[in-house]
Amino acid sequence: MLDDTSRALINRLQDDLPMDSRPFAAVGRELGLSEDEVITRIAEMKEAGAITRFGPFFDAAAMGGAFCLCAMEVPQARFEEVMTKVNAHPEVAHNYERDHALSMWFVLATETPEGIVDTAARIEQETGIPVFCFPKLQEFFIGFRVNA
Amino acid sequence: MTTATDIADREIIAELQAGLPLVPEPYAEVASRLGMAEEDLIQRIQAMKDQGVIRRIAAAPNHYKLGMVANGMTVWDVEDARIAELGAQIGALPYVTHCYERPRAPEAGWTYNLFAMVHGDTREEVEAKRAEIAETLGDACRTHSILYSKRILKKTGLRLRKRG
Repeated sequence: MLDDTSRALINRLQDDLPMDSRPFAAVGRELGLSEDEVITRIAEMKEAGAITRFGPFFDAAAMGGAFCLCAMEVPQARFEEVMTKVNAHPEVAHNYERDHALSMWFVLATETPEGIVDTAARIEQETGIPVFCFPKLQEFFIGFRVNA
Repeated sequence: MTTATDIADREIIAELQAGLPLVPEPYAEVASRLGMAEEDLIQRIQAMKDQGVIRRIAAAPNHYKLGMVANGMTVWDVEDARIAELGAQIGALPYVTHCYERPRAPEAGWTYNLFAMVHGDTREEVEAKRAEIAETLGDACRTHSILYSKRILKKTGLRLRKRG
């Protein structure tokens, strides 16, 4: 488990990093840590899987592309096979197994709005399973942070 | 269709999408890989942040590893006429991390139009929060459900396809 220092660091790092040529030194000053300790702890948390990614979060929509949540009803017996086929698409940004008849939920991030429909159609073709698309119609505040 | 992202920015994005290097001067390192000056790279990144192409430079935590093993996607069938008002209320709750109105999918038997992600240390905690949301929605909500995540199957963030 993470110690208090790493928890404080992960809480801080969910917010934007200052645009500074030495950003880890800047974050370290805020938290009373050395630059070296900040870098070492981030590397350790990545290694341990507590941080899955560290870097820029891109908005596909602002780049002229699109995001879309999609779901499939995948029979348990075919789950691994379908997962491999779905995950092979670079447009699949993340994918979760959930305990529902619609058992596979993934987010497509594509460079053009048409890319969503095209990718969903390719996945349907490859798997023979319908892909249901749930594009966002309205966003009600993204409080993306969790407290570690 | 042309995208808002020009070629130089594409190269920067391609270089950064795996993450920021964990070295004291990460921008200097990325700039040298791209054959550009650090100062120019920082300027381009700042411009992409100003345009909203980059939302933030930050860490994506793994909720499971942080002890938040219960992660429930709560879904609600809310009266269309009241969704703007009620969605804003639910989105403002401190334990809701994402909240969206999405289309229903009757062909999939899916009647829910409001999605709210709730994280907690235990399922009991998540269920208690779900009950609070149900109370807030009152009779504007016809049916609701919760989908717990069983497994992360992939988590890479955005990847651009290689051109050409």
